[in-house]
Amino acid sequence: MSHSVSLKALRRKVAALERRPAAVPAARAALGVPAIEAALGGGLARGRLHEIFAATPGDVAAAAGFAAMLAARLGDTAPIVWLRQDEAERTAHLHAPGLAELGIDPARLVLGVAADPLMLLRVAAEIVRCDEVGVAVIESWRQPRPLDLTASRRLAVAAEASGVTALMLRVDAAPAPSAAHTRWQVAAAPSQPLEAKAPGFPALDLTLLRQRGGVAGQHWRVEWDRDARGFAEAPLSGVMVPLAEHGSAAA
Amino acid sequence: MRLVACNAAVHALGLAPGLPLADARVRVPDLAVADADPAADARLLARLADACDRYTPMVALDPPAGLTLDITGSAHVFGGETAMLTDLGRQTMRWGVEGQAAFADTPEAAQALARHADLPVTDEAGAIHALPIAGLRLDPETVTALRRAGLRTIGDLADRPTAPLAARFGTAATDALARLLGRADSRLTPRRSPPALRVDRRFAEPIARAEDALGVIGDLAREAAVTMDARGEGGRRFAVRLFRSDGATRDLAVETSLPTRDPALVLRLFGERIDGLADPIDPGFGFDLIRLAVPVLAPLAPAQLALDGGEARDGEMIALIDRLGTRMGRARFRRLVPRDTHIPEQRVRALPAVEACAPMPWGEPTPGEPPLRPLHLFDPPQPIEVTAEVPDGPPRCFHWRRTTHTIVRYEGPERIAAEWWRRADNAGLTRDYYRVEDTSGRRFWVFRNGLYREKDDPRWYMHGLFA
Repeated sequence: MSHSVSLKALRRKVAALERRPAAVPAARAALGVPAIEAALGGGLARGRLHEIFAATPGDVAAAAGFAAMLAARLGDTAPIVWLRQDEAERTAHLHAPGLAELGIDPARLVLGVAADPLMLLRVAAEIVRCDEVGVAVIESWRQPRPLDLTASRRLAVAAEASGVTALMLRVDAAPAPSAAHTRWQVAAAPSQPLEAKAPGFPALDLTLLRQRGGVAGQHWRVEWDRDARGFAEAPLSGVMVPLAEHGSAAA
Repeated sequence: MRLVACNAAVHALGLAPGLPLADARVRVPDLAVADADPAADARLLARLADACDRYTPMVALDPPAGLTLDITGSAHVFGGETAMLTDLGRQTMRWGVEGQAAFADTPEAAQALARHADLPVTDEAGAIHALPIAGLRLDPETVTALRRAGLRTIGDLADRPTAPLAARFGTAATDALARLLGRADSRLTPRRSPPALRVDRRFAEPIARAEDALGVIGDLAREAAVTMDARGEGGRRFAVRLFRSDGATRDLAVETSLPTRDPALVLRLFGERIDGLADPIDPGFGFDLIRLAVPVLAPLAPAQLALDGGEARDGEMIALIDRLGTRMGRARFRRLVPRDTHIPEQRVRALPAVEACAPMPWGEPTPGEPPLRPLHLFDPPQPIEVTAEVPDGPPRCFHWRRTTHTIVRYEGPERIAAEWWRRADNAGLTRDYYRVEDTSGRRFWVFRNGLYREKDDPRWYMHGLFA
């Protein structure tokens, strides 16, 4: 008798402990493509952790570009902190004029270069906790040992508490269990050519691999319009009809 | 091999610098000798100079084996000049060096007294007059000439008219004499410029725990904050020097992006700094003096209060970056600042975030154009194998990182000339840049380094990746 009562009390206690501010719905930032808005329930959640995977190591610039585009879309003046590792910065610099071409004023950006994955995650945890930061991009290559479920949960909790949108950019890595709100896979896509067959606006193939509390698996091809700071749906070249939609809950 | 320097005991045996080692060994068979190491001597002297910072910030090196301290206005802290000399004698014994110290009205006189007079000096003017000519530190020929003339002491020279002396022995001799006697202006050049603000805390009993030292730094920061608040100023760099009782010193410094005088912030930064040290602070037998210096002060208005009470919390992120930079290394957090050049790899300067204060404007990209500059830039550019029409056709396909990319779209060339005006030979190769896209949709920035009329076989390079 007393057993069941204490068990009930314990359950209530646990429930109280587990109730986190996650119950508060996140503010959503529309990306500019109605289909994506519908799939995400209004847009990308602010103040959450999102993961961006480069489909192959060759798509590193496309994935970094997607992170930069999201940062440009999400904040207008708030500082952006971009964290990388020495190794990545040695291979290729994050080029400020290129950021400006995607719609981010480089004067808003602080570039942090960590010596190793552990330092990267420690710095990231502190940055994400600081509510003056608008967007934090955490760029991590391969599968570093310290980046486990605990580390990502810590980032996710910090992001929820502070309202900082954390974008975890993963290159040359396979998706693993994490506390991220959404997980995207990004690959470069052929652009719509301009006059004289010139390469056009940045085009990306996006796949929503996972969404917390929502459907996933959809695929879109989008084009980035820097002047409007927004995405637009790009026609899939060839015979590709959005197959994924057949399987989605929208049907 | 000759003797370069010897200690007092050896002097007492009648040996002197300059004596061949073999002769010295004949006279004193069990003479202990070590190889001369001028670099190590200089390091020791610098260390002693650091330790002497406790007496005054105006410490000048007098190589090879002297230090000159300007104690104007600082002797009273120690209870007068004589007490200061006693303290110095005690300290030097603790540091394990032998020395002679003297004070006088001019640096030259003090140097000469310390080297040549019988210490301690009671009658300064008389002692200076009794100094040998060597105290002037002239070149050997002049000294010999003065000796031949029967002039053996400073006193012999001091009373004579200057003009005939200058005519006979050169102006160097009379100038040195005038400086020594205080007839001409003589200045010290201190090793480092004195800071704008300095607060000290000295301890009768050395403190041996790093935590206590940090507490003292906090007290000093509060003390400095009061002064800076009164002046309406703040500092961007704070330097702490820990003086160990055995003469070793340890320097720590922190920087902030914006001028500050917040003692809590300064203390937290020093805490981070100490945590981040690769070699921890070794208190040894304890610190007997801790000094906080603010090298440069900048105007800082009194802190504004927020409407709901308490100071307005602004610049929290900047403070965080400062803190992380103090722990991880100041160059780890950077701001990107434009440079006035067309050469892509030189276009951006990455400054440590604590240094870059005012944001510099970056030009707006051309509306309606796709990105013309890559997001990732390779520096140096990576050589690639390209198939292209000669002489100036666009690339058709290229081989990079063991993959062949067939180009389906391209735009170019965008011609970027070398900055011939910066080079002595006015030379440099023109680059032709192409924005290209391959079959899988990846966009690259490639260039041909040189035109065919500039170079026989210009090479192609991969310079960047577009999103």
